[in-house]
Amino acid sequence: MNKGIAWMRGGVALAALLTGLAAAQAGSLKIESWRNDDADIWNSTIIPAFNKHYPDIKVEFAPSAPADYNAALNARLDGGTAGDLITCRPFDASLQLYQKHQLDGLNDLKGMDNFPDVAKAAWSTDDGKVTFCVPMASVIHGFFYNQDAFKKVGAKPPKTMAEFHEILDKLKKDGTYTPIDLGTADQWEAATMGFQNIGPDYWKGEQGRLALIAGKEKYSDPEYVAVFKELASWAPYMGSGFQAQKYPDSQNLFSLGKAAIYPAGSWDISTFRKDAQFPIGAFPPPLPAGDTDCYISDHTDIGMGVNAASKNKEDAKKFLEWLATPEFAELYANALPGFFPLSKAPVTIKDPLAAEMVGWRKDCKSTIRNSYQILNRGTPNLENELWNVSAQVINGTLAPDAAGKQLQTDLDKWYKPAK
Amino acid sequence: MRGSFAKRTMAEPLSQVVASMPRGRFLALMALFLGPAVAIYTLFSIYPLIATMALSTYTTDSSGAYQFVGLVNFVTLLTDAVWSKPFWNAAWNNLVFFAVHMLVQNPIGIALAGLLSLPGLKLKSLYRTVIFLPTMLSVVIVGFSWNLILSPLWGVAEGALKAVGLGSWFAPWLGLPSTALVTLALISVWQFVGIPMMLIYAALLNIPDELIDAARVDGLGHFRIFWHIKLPLVLPTIGLVSILTFVGNFNAFDLIYTVKGALAGPNFASDILGTFFYRTFFGFQLQLGNPTMGAAVATVMFFIILAGVCLYLFIVQRRLRRYAF
Repeated sequence: MNKGIAWMRGGVALAALLTGLAAAQAGSLKIESWRNDDADIWNSTIIPAFNKHYPDIKVEFAPSAPADYNAALNARLDGGTAGDLITCRPFDASLQLYQKHQLDGLNDLKGMDNFPDVAKAAWSTDDGKVTFCVPMASVIHGFFYNQDAFKKVGAKPPKTMAEFHEILDKLKKDGTYTPIDLGTADQWEAATMGFQNIGPDYWKGEQGRLALIAGKEKYSDPEYVAVFKELASWAPYMGSGFQAQKYPDSQNLFSLGKAAIYPAGSWDISTFRKDAQFPIGAFPPPLPAGDTDCYISDHTDIGMGVNAASKNKEDAKKFLEWLATPEFAELYANALPGFFPLSKAPVTIKDPLAAEMVGWRKDCKSTIRNSYQILNRGTPNLENELWNVSAQVINGTLAPDAAGKQLQTDLDKWYKPAK
Repeated sequence: MRGSFAKRTMAEPLSQVVASMPRGRFLALMALFLGPAVAIYTLFSIYPLIATMALSTYTTDSSGAYQFVGLVNFVTLLTDAVWSKPFWNAAWNNLVFFAVHMLVQNPIGIALAGLLSLPGLKLKSLYRTVIFLPTMLSVVIVGFSWNLILSPLWGVAEGALKAVGLGSWFAPWLGLPSTALVTLALISVWQFVGIPMMLIYAALLNIPDELIDAARVDGLGHFRIFWHIKLPLVLPTIGLVSILTFVGNFNAFDLIYTVKGALAGPNFASDILGTFFYRTFFGFQLQLGNPTMGAAVATVMFFIILAGVCLYLFIVQRRLRRYAF
């Protein structure tokens, strides 16, 4: 059968060739990545540090644009022109590559036991038997705030949702700052910086996430609808015309000092370090009424594996072994503040904002985004749905309970939890 | 009158050199002239088209192996609500996108061409260049610029409306489900209005002056000359412009992707067939690409365009009268 369709695949290979990437040579390594923002740091810090141990291995960092990465990488892997090392998206995108025999299993790799199981879960088969990427970093959600703005209205970082809303009211009354800096034009911020940010406190982190997968909880349950209700209440505090506000707009609004509270992902730290002229503070998602335990979204985001078709697997494995060392963890965490290492080794983070965020791990329980594992394998895609309904809830075009119902109905169309 | 063009070319006598050529050499000459075009067209247009159609009759399992399933993908696409709802939504939005172009872009293009062809108009070539200029810009630049112009945070649109006392008319048009698609269509109209203008302007220049002079002697003003004489004479070009608009719009993708992303929000209000195809074929974020289903979407898009073009060729084109001057 495979032979019969070879001529169709030819078209795909042709497309891959046109993207203009030659096959990698032995003696050198090429890294596929979507982190084109980090190219400088890879070239000036990380690769030189690796070359101190292995001066003979030439490493090239070859990133694509984030939005095109999955499509471009798949085309290059199918066409046989992909690099030796593949930066791994968490869960299914990488699992699919392993199942298609395009990524090698890495169970025997030296240093793999430096990582806890929860970190490896994002790059392991469903039964947890094979891990195919080395975990590199996670990102943490929370809120950044403009300390000048808080001083002006006399506010302290809120502990509860009630305090959070008090501050929002004060900020709105004062009128100098946009209270919440969030836009819905790109949709993903509403889901990622909104729903997945504050949600873990409502659904009790891992407990709720696993219950969703087991089919014991539903998106239409009160704790999920409550998250949407909270999101819907943000709209009056957001900037005028937030429906057309895009992610870079939000970043600019905050770095220009025009907004007070920014629902954040920790990867934003480096952007604001570069551009913002005022002191920035951070607080974890405020607790809903009556709750005492806090949960944070500490999401396994980035890993790295070996292209099964690489001609230089030996060197690629050396690179990955180095990636699993505490040396790399410390280097990466400080070169890219906001990407937190996943290894068990203790790491000192120098950036105060990043250190503050990673400090939440001590008091709060970590969880990952609840739509990532297993639940987006079918059609319609749960993550896309989540973006869509979260943006609509904030826009006021969809009621919170209708949003929960829509997510669950679409999930039920294909997902049958194991009994 | 129909077929006068064909008659003229058919009646053209074969050149003496070609006629007296041995058959073998004649064929070699044909191969020399047509070969490269046929080879390139076959490799880059016909082969991908047929390969796409073939791919749409397969499905893949988790290990990436292909299985022949016949027309199952098409049945799923058109009948299973999970696929058919977004598909028909995208098809409808595409129709709206096309309608805006037909109702706004082409009439404005015709009007501009009519104005440009007026005798005695000053700075003609300046207008022509300026109006055509956006056509040559990259869609990414156009999308980015309009995003900024219409931005509720930094855009000039709100200030400009306020300056003329219409500040309350402003809304975040690109972000509202009711206006996003039409706004995008109008951005596209702004960019491409130069093309119908140029094509029709060229056709207008072809009209012999005697006809216009005769009409003027008969006492017709500029508007009636345009309406009763020039416009009927350029109808074939308007037909051509319409079909180009149709094909272009149903293949559109870049502007929507640049401004709204592949998820074409809010709530898929600006999703057209191109973005729907992109998500299906390449996947998006956590949605994995489905090349076989994507090929089915591409095939259906091809047939929609083919149907539109056939309709035009067999129903409209045949009735158009061509005037040879």
